Amino acid sequence: MFQAIVIGGGHAGVEAALSLARRNLKTLLVTGNIKMISAMSCNPSIGGPAKGILVREIDALGGEMGKVTDQTFLQMKMLNYSKGPAVRALRAQADKILYPRKMQEILLSQANLTIKEAYVSQLLITDQLVSGIQLESGEQIQAGCVIVTTGTYMEGAILVGATKTSSGPDKQKPSIGLSTQLRELGIPTFRLKTGTPPRIKKDTIDYSKMELAPGDGNKYHFSFDDSFFVPIEKEWPCYLIHTAEQTHKIIHANLRKSAMYSGLVKGVGPRYCPSIEDKLVRFSDKERHQLFIEPESQFLDEVYLQGFSTSMPHDVQEEMVHSLPGLEHAVIAKYAYAIEYDAIHPTDLWPTLESKRVKHLFFAGQVNGTSGYEEAAAQGLMAGINAGNQLLQLEPFILRRDEAYIGVLIDDLVTKGTEEPYRMLTSRAEFRLLLRHDNADLRLSEYGHQLGLISQQRYDYFTKKKVQIEQEISRLRNHYLLPNPDTNKRLLQAGFGEIKDKTPYFDLLKRPEVEYIPMMSFLEDTTVTSLEVCEQVEISVKYEGYIKKALVEAQKSIKEEKILIPVDIDYSQLKNLALEARSKLQKIRPLTIGQASRISGVNPSDVQTILVYMRSIKAK
Amino acid sequence: MIFDTIVGVSTAIGYSAINVIRVSGIEAFEMVSSIFKGKDLTTVLTHTVHYGHIVFQDAIIDEVVVTVFKAPRSFTTENVVEISVHGGSYIASLVLEALISKGARLAEPGEFTRRAYLNGRIDLTQAESIMDMINAKTRLQLQLATSSLSGDVRKRMESLQTELLDIIAIIEVNIDYPEYDDVVTMTNELIIPKIKQLIQSIQTILEKADSGKVIRDGIKTVIVGKPNVGKSSLLNTLLNEDKAIVTDISGTTRDLVEGELRLGGLLLRLIDTAGVRETEDIVEKIGIDKTKKALEQADLVILVLDQSRELSKEDELLLTLTQEKKRIIVGNKADLGPSHLSNISSIISLSAKTKQGMNALEVALQDLFIHASMHESTEVVLGNTRHIGKMQETLQALQDALHAAQSHLPIDMVEIDVKNAWTALGEITGDVATDQLIQSLFSKFCLGK
Repeated sequence: MFQAIVIGGGHAGVEAALSLARRNLKTLLVTGNIKMISAMSCNPSIGGPAKGILVREIDALGGEMGKVTDQTFLQMKMLNYSKGPAVRALRAQADKILYPRKMQEILLSQANLTIKEAYVSQLLITDQLVSGIQLESGEQIQAGCVIVTTGTYMEGAILVGATKTSSGPDKQKPSIGLSTQLRELGIPTFRLKTGTPPRIKKDTIDYSKMELAPGDGNKYHFSFDDSFFVPIEKEWPCYLIHTAEQTHKIIHANLRKSAMYSGLVKGVGPRYCPSIEDKLVRFSDKERHQLFIEPESQFLDEVYLQGFSTSMPHDVQEEMVHSLPGLEHAVIAKYAYAIEYDAIHPTDLWPTLESKRVKHLFFAGQVNGTSGYEEAAAQGLMAGINAGNQLLQLEPFILRRDEAYIGVLIDDLVTKGTEEPYRMLTSRAEFRLLLRHDNADLRLSEYGHQLGLISQQRYDYFTKKKVQIEQEISRLRNHYLLPNPDTNKRLLQAGFGEIKDKTPYFDLLKRPEVEYIPMMSFLEDTTVTSLEVCEQVEISVKYEGYIKKALVEAQKSIKEEKILIPVDIDYSQLKNLALEARSKLQKIRPLTIGQASRISGVNPSDVQTILVYMRSIKAK
Repeated sequence: MIFDTIVGVSTAIGYSAINVIRVSGIEAFEMVSSIFKGKDLTTVLTHTVHYGHIVFQDAIIDEVVVTVFKAPRSFTTENVVEISVHGGSYIASLVLEALISKGARLAEPGEFTRRAYLNGRIDLTQAESIMDMINAKTRLQLQLATSSLSGDVRKRMESLQTELLDIIAIIEVNIDYPEYDDVVTMTNELIIPKIKQLIQSIQTILEKADSGKVIRDGIKTVIVGKPNVGKSSLLNTLLNEDKAIVTDISGTTRDLVEGELRLGGLLLRLIDTAGVRETEDIVEKIGIDKTKKALEQADLVILVLDQSRELSKEDELLLTLTQEKKRIIVGNKADLGPSHLSNISSIISLSAKTKQGMNALEVALQDLFIHASMHESTEVVLGNTRHIGKMQETLQALQDALHAAQSHLPIDMVEIDVKNAWTALGEITGDVATDQLIQSLFSKFCLGK
């Protein structure tokens, strides 16, 4: 007897399973193929803008993605460093073989976690409550809750040229039948599409025609716990090339042969990851498109051709690849393909990722209409935590939009829904100055600790760091620099401007030319011991004005989040609601006034109507 | 936002001697303090009254008394400031504009009462009736808020919005797709001239919006009339009546301001009095084009006719030329017997010589500039106030952005201000959404792996 079952061993499934098992809940992970657990079916890259912040948040909540990346990366880069603290993000090229292998080791050695190789044929449901699963073999397994993380496997179909084959990614067997049952249960599904580019044999490439894109040589790591970090001798480079005129000619001449344009594809493809033929059609005035050659693994002789996703037939793919600079004689190791699959509408889920239709049934990852490993892992973790909280009879765990990108991600999905694979972008986060990658631990460690997902040792380390930051900031406020010739001389020597009045260090640091570490030489008795603390102090002081403004905005939004709407509210009783608002509210059933106000088609006057109605109910 | 800080005029805007402007919400004290010259309202005791001035953009708007109520001991249970200003819709509008530009939102009809109700301060058994009121009025207001934007203004706003969105989209692409090489990297050096240009456009629009300008800068006035109707005697009478005349300044500003006088509490700045002072025929002397030009600059035209005679061709020409302007038609020489011009509507019959009827001129002036808004519905007045306030907020945000860029802050910080400007502008036209930004990202740039 299990307490929880996770269907699927992708990036969502593993985080869900681990978060359950680590809270001593007996968990079963069902996967079609143990060797494919945590597979990177698309590009071997983790992080990047917004996504990198998701990884740090997952880490602060005790998730595994960041730690495994730190042990298996081939290249690590800090992006957007100069563009501002809120948008900096780490990105790694992970080793496609090592990453899943490491994750599988962790899962296999995890207490309370059982892994079973099987396909689920249906969910066991009575009275809109899930009680377990039935395998294709007919075997039934009972559990208190079930998390569906089927990724692109449900009714998966691979499309290449004019052929459509029922299949999961990487020639895996798809999951058939489950989505039919979901539809029968009143959980509608829709088709989504994504794709992957060809892989090229790396020794058949002429790198001299390509531009080198190396790592930045710094020892960055995702996890706030650096004990997992395995530095590498030499980072693996990426290479940059552009499509040639000939490439475009070939694609245009063969456009009708592409599955995307032959009418074969029913699913909606993401704007975030278009096929090369899509790019050419939609941006016909562009003379060239950029492509990256990314390393896949030290154990593989192939590389990933980022930007060249396609559903052209194999012979056309050959022609296309050979038209690219440096790839004239390249050998394709694996052909590109498009994949179509069934996803559910995330608006059918509560913010806990539990189904509104079937109790104790959770959904996470690509099946919810998202794209990307990081988005999947974040949802998996949150579904796992909430399933766990339900089993342990604890309150739901919902992160607000001002607390985490995870909060933005899930709120967007369940409140607004999505019609195409949803990708996390920094522009989706209205509080992005507060949601930085450097402070993910400060934002979320408290929760991770309460949930029992981060160790006491790590929590103690975090607490110490927090105290140091606070102490140092107050010290900067209370210590002054006096304007005398000697001090001003030293300031000039350090490249800082002179001071005219008695100046607190806090104010000095606010000056654009002053940096914290060089400024420290003017101070005595510093207690700061880590660069992480330095970074926090510097950001908090330098951008204090902007951060304060963002916090005031956040306060207002928190106030709205704190007003709960009764789940059983009957919107048909609110006669003043606009028609569109009423039907949207009935469908989404927002849990808070804040969530209600974010539903498109719900106007402030509708929200006021709900508030007044709630108050009048209370008065009676 | 439901819990933002709201502002509204609690008294009926009209002819009352005093208007009370109420501000309620978390930031009420900070917002009022930022335009109040007097005690720091964030530190004073609750339920205290303070004297001071409302100062906005370096101009004193009014001498006021403010009352401070700290949460929860206030009408709405939130932080509340009540500002008592002098009567007339203009001063009230100016204070509202200033507060809106600091981030306050114009309260919806009944919103203070609603907040009081929602916060449990007052108990209304008939919640239903409030809901009816909210709905009817807010829908009406929404309608008015957008309809009061004329086609031209809307177009200008939308083009400004597009310019801002273009800047934002580039920065967002730089951030979300740092390796995408088919777009410029927005830097402070590149953004500064763009922001400067936007600031200038918005300043031009604000200058044209005729609201507070009249109070701050006075009313540019032209007196016209054919020879011998008594323009100069009218002018002299006005000047003599005005004990507070400042100077006869010539050519000190870009308009030819030649004198200032106060009438009915308003400051009139006389331009182009040359044509008045010389008793020759101005139309012939300076030509129709020049007359038109003088008229163009004017906020107010005082057209002087001789009511002891029938209209001449020249009079009719002047009536036509000035019909689009805010004007006062004066029938001078009332002392010479009954009027031949009583068929001209709203003509002010007076005698510059005997000073009879000068009072009526004053009233007409007040009607035109102080009470004009009373002829329109309150919502439209407030709608315009909101627009101007939001434009000023946009301007402020852009000035912040410029300052940030000039202080070499990272582009991400500069963008926060640019986004604020975009949002404030969007609240005027009524369309702002993150989705719109993301939409524009993916339609403008070919992104993705």
